Amino acid sequence: MKPAARRVLGMIRKESLQILRDPSSIAIAFVMPVVLLLLFGYGVSLDARHVPLAVVVEQPDANTASLVAAFRHSDYFEPRAFNTIQLAQQAFDRREVSGIVWLRSDFSRRLLSSGDAPIGVIVNGVDANQARITEGYIQGVWQVWLTGFAAAQGVELQVPVALEPRIWFNPAVRSRDFLVPGLIAVIMTLIGAMLTAMVVAREWERGTMEALMVTPIRIGEMVIGKLVPYFLLGMGGMLLSVAMALWQFDVPLRGSFWALTAASALFMLVALGMGLLISVVAKNQFVAGQIAIIITFLPAFILSGFIFQISSMPEPIQLITHIIPARYYVAILQTLFLAGNIWPIILGNSAALFVMMLVFLGLARRKFQKRLDA
Amino acid sequence: MNTLHRIFALAIKELLAILREKKSRFILIGPPIAQLIVFGYAATFDLNNIPVAVYNEDRGAPSRELVAHITGSPHFQLVTTIEHDGQVAPLIDNREVLLVLRLGPRFSEELKRGQSATAQLIIDGRNSNTALLALGYLRSIVTDFNIEWSRQHGLRGPPALLEIRPWYNENLLSRWFVVPGIVGLLTLVVTTIVTALSVAREREAGTFDQLLVTPMRPVEILIGKSFPGLLIGLIQGTFILLMAVYWFEVPLRGSLGALYLGMFLFLLSAVGIGLMISSLAVTQQQGILGAFLFLVPSVILSGFATPISNMPEFVQYLTCVIPLRYFLVILRGVFLEGDSFSLLVDQYWPMAIIALVSLAVAGWLFRHRMN
Amino acid sequence: MAPPGALVFESVSKTFVAGGLSVKALDGVDLETQPGKVTGLIGPDGAGKTTLMRLAAGLLVPDSGQIHALGIDVVAQPLQVQSSLGYMPQRFGLYEDLSVQENLDLYADLQGVATNERAARYAELMHMTGLAPFTRRLAGRLSGGMKQKLGLACTLVRPPALLLLDEPTVGVDPVSRRELWEIVYRQVRDEGMSVLLSTAYLDEAERCDEVILMHRGKRLGQGAPASFSEPMRGRSFRVSAAAMGKRTLQGRLSAVPGIVDAVIEGEQVRVVTAREGMPELPGELADDGQLEVTAAEPSFEDAFIATLKGDQETAAPAVTGIARQQSPAGGGDDAVIRVRDLERRFGDFYAVKGVSFSVQRGEIFGLLGANGAGKSTTFRMLCGLLPVSGGEVQVAGLDLRRAASRARGRLGYMAQRFSLYADLTVLQNLRFFASAYGLDRNRTRQRIDWALAGFELTDYANSASGDLPMGYKQRLAMAAALMHEPDILFLDEPTSGVDPLARREFWLRIDALAESGVTVLVTTHFMDEADYCDRLVIMAEGEVLAEGTPAEMKARFRSAQMPDPSMEDAFIGLIEAHESQRQAKSA
Repeated sequence: MKPAARRVLGMIRKESLQILRDPSSIAIAFVMPVVLLLLFGYGVSLDARHVPLAVVVEQPDANTASLVAAFRHSDYFEPRAFNTIQLAQQAFDRREVSGIVWLRSDFSRRLLSSGDAPIGVIVNGVDANQARITEGYIQGVWQVWLTGFAAAQGVELQVPVALEPRIWFNPAVRSRDFLVPGLIAVIMTLIGAMLTAMVVAREWERGTMEALMVTPIRIGEMVIGKLVPYFLLGMGGMLLSVAMALWQFDVPLRGSFWALTAASALFMLVALGMGLLISVVAKNQFVAGQIAIIITFLPAFILSGFIFQISSMPEPIQLITHIIPARYYVAILQTLFLAGNIWPIILGNSAALFVMMLVFLGLARRKFQKRLDA
Repeated sequence: MNTLHRIFALAIKELLAILREKKSRFILIGPPIAQLIVFGYAATFDLNNIPVAVYNEDRGAPSRELVAHITGSPHFQLVTTIEHDGQVAPLIDNREVLLVLRLGPRFSEELKRGQSATAQLIIDGRNSNTALLALGYLRSIVTDFNIEWSRQHGLRGPPALLEIRPWYNENLLSRWFVVPGIVGLLTLVVTTIVTALSVAREREAGTFDQLLVTPMRPVEILIGKSFPGLLIGLIQGTFILLMAVYWFEVPLRGSLGALYLGMFLFLLSAVGIGLMISSLAVTQQQGILGAFLFLVPSVILSGFATPISNMPEFVQYLTCVIPLRYFLVILRGVFLEGDSFSLLVDQYWPMAIIALVSLAVAGWLFRHRMN
Repeated sequence: MAPPGALVFESVSKTFVAGGLSVKALDGVDLETQPGKVTGLIGPDGAGKTTLMRLAAGLLVPDSGQIHALGIDVVAQPLQVQSSLGYMPQRFGLYEDLSVQENLDLYADLQGVATNERAARYAELMHMTGLAPFTRRLAGRLSGGMKQKLGLACTLVRPPALLLLDEPTVGVDPVSRRELWEIVYRQVRDEGMSVLLSTAYLDEAERCDEVILMHRGKRLGQGAPASFSEPMRGRSFRVSAAAMGKRTLQGRLSAVPGIVDAVIEGEQVRVVTAREGMPELPGELADDGQLEVTAAEPSFEDAFIATLKGDQETAAPAVTGIARQQSPAGGGDDAVIRVRDLERRFGDFYAVKGVSFSVQRGEIFGLLGANGAGKSTTFRMLCGLLPVSGGEVQVAGLDLRRAASRARGRLGYMAQRFSLYADLTVLQNLRFFASAYGLDRNRTRQRIDWALAGFELTDYANSASGDLPMGYKQRLAMAAALMHEPDILFLDEPTSGVDPLARREFWLRIDALAESGVTVLVTTHFMDEADYCDRLVIMAEGEVLAEGTPAEMKARFRSAQMPDPSMEDAFIGLIEAHESQRQAKSA
């Protein structure tokens, strides 16, 4: 065996033994993804269900009853009857209901005569996204009811243009199907960076670095020796997360498992490289940890396109998202899970990840010197 | 008197220790401002310039009019027009467009004959939320088109119409929802980072022993150590508040007193949890890990981005111990809904309890957690 | 061509910038060490010893000058040098979560030791270090001395041509120290290795073939140890006084012009003079004390102190303003600290077992023992920092764990490591501790003035305390512990890592405090410091081996071979007796 290979193997063995002896790395790699994915997979959902809705009927009759029934039959709403709009508004202010449907006393008369009976709808606009989604659901209920009403009256409902939407990849529009792959990206950014952010800083702090440095080992060999065990550990956590997505959350995997593994490996190297760079620059665990929290979690959460659409952000912010590695990985994951092997997306984003990997590892290698005064 | 004197001295010392070092000063000021600006703009569910492709097999005027309605909207942007079927899938697959509108060759003819003309819509559902929102925008454009068409052609419209009025956020701007949330988000991150290491750091440096052999009581140490977190949190919270009102132009409709009472209780509970983590941790690494394990779920499960009411019941119970959850309701309530004290009482007391319990545990741990 | 020196420095300079201050760590140093010899690098803290070692190992780049190790240019070819030398840093980088064997394997891999050579080399090293029975034990579970021996074994796994050892014996018990030296000499003998070794123990200088004396980044001298001490002949004396305490005598001798050093040695005071011959002693000192002066064999330490203090007229630092309040208490049973059957368990491991002793008011009481003997654990229990598993502790009549904060107000505490707020300035630290002890504004001002003047900290008042030189940090820590004029002072390894000059000064201050009635409890692993204590206990493996005055301890080991045993001899004797007793018990 060549001395260089022996040195790298020696480092790998040492790091692996340290991982095995220190339960915290194993916890970070395996327990954290499971807990976070379970918590968030169930906790993070944009699908409103059973929205509490106040229904004010000022003059009940058969027509209002059929409309109220339409709301009651919908999965999305939980209607609560109120007699006056004042009472409904009080409940609304107390956040007991998130919307009001208001049928005034002249509803039936106008419905049958002039045909422009107004249905008053108030939604709480504070959470604009939920308000829009609720609006959409209300429109759906309204249309179902209209069709039924027209049929009962024996007239044809005239709709000049009828929309026939077909939602590809996720016909049931389950938000979990796109959130879970995104969460894997966010969680893996955290874990990859956390795993390595401390490992070089720790050697500086414990004084082991000085002894390592006077051995004939080269920096490149040291970097490889540190990366390999954490890479394997991180990939273990990654596979666990993918398995959970498939079997715990029933997210379909339409693309190739091998493409997923390859892209994940690439991303893991980027995340580890980022952690390594932090670690090399910070030289102490305290600062390394703080930097890791600040530059990984919130940016991956907000700027990766995992939950907020990147194309809707202002131009300068869109530019910033290009330096967030999670952005590329989220795109690959959402495509591979839901759409399939769409090579232009997978390869394009992988190329970006590859460049980032080279940059991070290259910088870490350059900043990491066998010198105490550098 | 002595007690006050000692607490004051400790508080000053803590502040000096945080502010004297350039790196930690920077961590308190730089990232929060950058994050406020970036996230304020980035964290939005509103869709602008949704890329659209149109596949219009019909050459009639009505179809062109419908297309003009859609491309004229600020929400949509026409990227390309399609000539044949085979072009649809690649455009969607490669995410070049989010949706394709397809009008069949008999669209105008049917419309003119008074029949229902079908407009086919193919949406990329990879992000289901975006898909639903885009569909919602398109649906309201089509509804407007229908009403106009019916009126112009003497057709009978639907017998009942929806009159939807969003309250508190009339134009349904995501920013009004997200920016007040950022006040809570960033102050939480900063206070936790400041306090979660304050004891662990002293333990590692050996200075905590030095502190424990002085006549200071645990309560005094607790108050002294809480102070910088509270102060920094209050200053930063106020700064972000001002930015929200004057930079992001979010209306502030309710009582500032109610907001600050909430902020105080929120910071107190964040400081309490931070100190608790810190006194549990033996090393700074554990402190960081603890802070992390508290922050990440706090942010994701607080209702900052996705509503708590959508969560399964057991997760909803879990969110009860997250102070940010209550503070977000207060922030949004005061900013947008104009809430006053009485409507927010149910948000105040849980935070007060969290603060009391966590501070008590932290104080107890000072003396009882050793080696 | 003459054989090149193992290590050659040619006008090497190195400057560091820290906190806006630039410090010249090495200032135009020239030196050459001889191959196949042990060269000692001696100098006070901050002399530039560690910087020199790191430069030689290629871990730092000099600002100017040339460095050749084994004939290789270190600056140009660091990797090549690193593959032929061995370097053991001050805190050797053992992986505490790896076993002894795994640590060895790692360094064998990194140093490229061939697989077939390993077994023999491991066996040799393990035999030499006595670690053979512990190869499977985690390095973190070894005692301080064993860790140090393992560090040395890892450095020697591939026998280097040049061995650099940075303070290898700091914090190591006397038995292990002897063993380490044996290993080093064996390498020199068997492998023809060249060794450069820095040390803070001046008695070790005499074990080196050659000594380089460093001070403030400059080389002051180089030569055989005897070449330093020989010129001192006629300047070293022993003074004893029948009618005066040795500490009082030391204090008063220190103030005599012409005496550059006065230290307690056994029951006498050793004096080094500025010029040959004993200077005229003030009349009242000679009369009071019934002095007896005898000439002493000069030691390396005498030469060291005389060289460094060359420009100073008296031995005493300005120890002003420490004298205070009460007069020293009278005799009788006036115990301030009482410990009975003290016990501390961690899991099923007894860190401290059945420890009993008591300390009288105004006494300097020492806890002596190697690292891991249970001194610090005992100490922390006394200060109320660690819960007691069994037994009783009373300090000033109170149990500190339960006692009110008022009781803690009566004691001062100085931790093992520098433990003041490194980010705060000297003044801010002092002010904080004054407030923490509840001093009012006037008193605070007075005490701060006292501390700055008495500890010569005025120039540093506004410097961050973390940037202070080691000796000043220690002064500041002591000043902070004394802000509230405590009755009892706890000092945990106060002189560890402090150079001989600062240690002398420190003990003078402690003496002055004890003279004024403050009770001092101190732990130390420097055996010679035991002579400063009124009484002491020696601890090993959590138990008290002996209690008494230093003279009593040494008397137990007086024999024909050892007519005048040192504290170190007594310590080793006690440990050996303890070992054989235990083996007899288990047999």
